Amino acid sequence: MTMHLSDRPERSDLGWILLGMKGILSPPALILTTAFFGFAGLCREAGISWQEAAFMTAAVWALPAKIILLGAITAGTSLPAAAFAVALSSLRMMPMVVALMPELRGPKTRVPTLLFLSHFVAITAWVFAMERMEDVPRDKRTLYFGGFAVTLTALNTVLVAIVFNLMGQLPALATGALAFLTPVYFFNSLYGSARDVTGRLALFCGMAALPPAHWLSPGYELLVAGIGGGLVAYLGGRILKVRRGGG
Amino acid sequence: MSDWAYSDVVPWWPYVFILLGGWLPTDVWRYIGVVSASRIDETGEAATIARTIATSLVAAVIAQLVFYPSGALADIPTWVRVVALCIGFAAYQLSRRKILAGIFAAEIVIGIWALAPGLG
Repeated sequence: MTMHLSDRPERSDLGWILLGMKGILSPPALILTTAFFGFAGLCREAGISWQEAAFMTAAVWALPAKIILLGAITAGTSLPAAAFAVALSSLRMMPMVVALMPELRGPKTRVPTLLFLSHFVAITAWVFAMERMEDVPRDKRTLYFGGFAVTLTALNTVLVAIVFNLMGQLPALATGALAFLTPVYFFNSLYGSARDVTGRLALFCGMAALPPAHWLSPGYELLVAGIGGGLVAYLGGRILKVRRGGG
Repeated sequence: MSDWAYSDVVPWWPYVFILLGGWLPTDVWRYIGVVSASRIDETGEAATIARTIATSLVAAVIAQLVFYPSGALADIPTWVRVVALCIGFAAYQLSRRKILAGIFAAEIVIGIWALAPGLG
């Protein structure tokens, strides 16, 4: 006789949207917001304007894609190479969206609604949705998810604009310390979310490959280190699995 | 560096660069995900290679920020950045994987370096 959220059919459409919006106070959303403080610092370091930083936040949304794009801007990478690197990093969006769709879709949900909502899918919104969807009635799920995910994107876009401008008042050292949030955040969260040894190998191989790539192909070091390190990690992971499998 | 690189000489070019270099190659995967939701095997070999390269790309960016940063990050010596990342990772592991504990520990390392005279 447990009381589920779904046992209360009297909640209105607006009520579900508001309940979704309340999700921005959940731990994963708050951690992401911390990471966006760092992202604002990184944008300032890269030399782009605050309007461009806010535009990038709303238009791209996935944080890994944005820091790769910023890295490409800093390194002077050409547009096709930058787009290619971002496309490789954002490929992971596809299986995430694929996994989310059966949870999100209601009996009368239209494809344009799903396409619109899919823009707001990134790691945090995805984890949030996969955890909580089963407590939401099927015909209210798009409202609930939209309330959460659209608010999260909008809030962080405004935050990036504000933090970027406030940092003009800070000493350079504080800006540097804030920008350093990003590598620490990503290193730890990538290590934590790695499913197996291959994911952890990819983290170390990608980092180890960057210095030689930086020396060999300035401007394309991210692509070279990312693809090279990724392939080495994939092969390394396979070899380890075969050895363990063979005893 | 090359002709199609980011620059803000033309006011609209940064926005085109962000749209074509960031928005398009990200949202296209999200849309493909919506349209092909029932036909993709997330556990296949191709998906594993894609995920590994994606992780490695972000790792390369982490290394770029730690080893070859620009601007204010470059004012912090390399050894401080490396030690801060290591301490941040150790704190993350010791705190049973709390992201905020790792971030906090790394920032403390930078704070100690900034306040201690004669270091670096």
